[in-house]
Amino acid sequence: MNGDSRTVIRSVLREHARLPVDVDTLGDDADLFAAGMTSHASVNLMLALEDAFDVEFPDRMLTRGVFDSVSSIAAAIDELSGDGEPSTAGGAG
Amino acid sequence: MSVPVDSDRVLVETVRRIADDVAAAAADDVDRNARFPSEALEALRGAGALSAAVPAALGGDGASLETVARCCFELGRRCSATAMVFAMHQIQVLTIARHLDGAPWFEAYLRELHEEQRLIASVTSEVGTGGDMSRSIAAATPEGDGELSFEKQAPTVSYGLHADDLLTTLRRTPDAEAGDQILALTKSGQAELEPAGVWDTLGMRGTCSPGFVVRARFASEQVLPAPFAEVMNQSMVPLSHILWSHVWLGIASDAFERARAFLRASARRRPGEPLPAAARLSHVMAELTLLRGEVSQALHDFHTDDADDRSRLMTMASVLRFNNLKLAASEHAPSVCAGALEVVGIVGYRNDTPHSVGRHLRDALSARLMVANERLHATDAALLLIAKEP
Repeated sequence: MNGDSRTVIRSVLREHARLPVDVDTLGDDADLFAAGMTSHASVNLMLALEDAFDVEFPDRMLTRGVFDSVSSIAAAIDELSGDGEPSTAGGAG
Repeated sequence: MSVPVDSDRVLVETVRRIADDVAAAAADDVDRNARFPSEALEALRGAGALSAAVPAALGGDGASLETVARCCFELGRRCSATAMVFAMHQIQVLTIARHLDGAPWFEAYLRELHEEQRLIASVTSEVGTGGDMSRSIAAATPEGDGELSFEKQAPTVSYGLHADDLLTTLRRTPDAEAGDQILALTKSGQAELEPAGVWDTLGMRGTCSPGFVVRARFASEQVLPAPFAEVMNQSMVPLSHILWSHVWLGIASDAFERARAFLRASARRRPGEPLPAAARLSHVMAELTLLRGEVSQALHDFHTDDADDRSRLMTMASVLRFNNLKLAASEHAPSVCAGALEVVGIVGYRNDTPHSVGRHLRDALSARLMVANERLHATDAALLLIAKEP
């Protein structure tokens, strides 16, 4: 995951995470939920990330832990758009 | 609902006997006077059932979730209040046991719970959060001497005055966001409950769940170490929905049995005569069968996910799954009770007959409000936009 994607992630966060603080004051590893992101906002964040990166998060990735920091989101996007395409969406079943 | 281990089978038998002999006899009085089912709780204490879910390594029975669920069902058939108190207590015990991460204070606490058969109530609801358990206003506040304190306005604390200990959701610190939570266990003597109202309700009257202002002071080791999001998604929420549903299934099953007994008595009096209400009862049975199927499938699904990979319980698919159990069970249980009432008619509407099902219906109606269904639908509505499997 290059710095560019993190920039995109941050801009999606700015628009959809409804954080009470400026996202740029948070480090890549800062806990977004502790910073005030609600679970409702996190769903909108996931939808917006799917759109921005043209990916689909499989059910196994739809957990709080995957979306709780810029780094963990970047790792998930990385896995989905990387060359080693993971198994099909819906892998939690 | 299979119960494989011998000690588990003995426990279910014991609890069933307590349900039949003690809880059933007091159920009407408990309901009428909105009083705590003390005799049934004493009997459960005497049988060591309050520590059923404490792991064997810490002195308890290490009973399986199936066994605990079966006990909730058996109690639910005889006294909803006893069953709900038992279920809520077991949810707290299971939550602590599953997330104590080897913390010495909590291990010692569970040993003590087993030896003294202590009863835990939970203080999760809070005035001002709109029923959203994943947000808190009250905060764990450092007291300078290494201790923590809190003051929480709780709109309902089930059996608050009858519990030994309290498990309370709080913000981690006075500066923390509403969603940055912890769970603290405080013991009697560390907490005071100032009553804020009375518990005079349509049903579930014996759970004695009025509001309180809860104030407590406690040591920092009394905060459960595991991350709250894990505790909530892997245990508190799914286990609540599973054990509550078993209670509601028990209530609905007894309402159905009462209606069947009523019809059977009518048929015996006039053999061969048409009995139109029997067809109605058949519809009720079909709905009860669906309810039973969903309750037992959800228990199975929890077990599979938990055994294979506990993190699967963190997914949105899993949140939807156990929300759907709660929605289905809380809609169908009162519907079965209302159907049973129609079958029995005025004899069932009266409160003083062996076929009375009014208490069942009133108790089962609480199911939709214990975490309001509309709140769950709102959550599910958001999640289903992103989750890939239903």
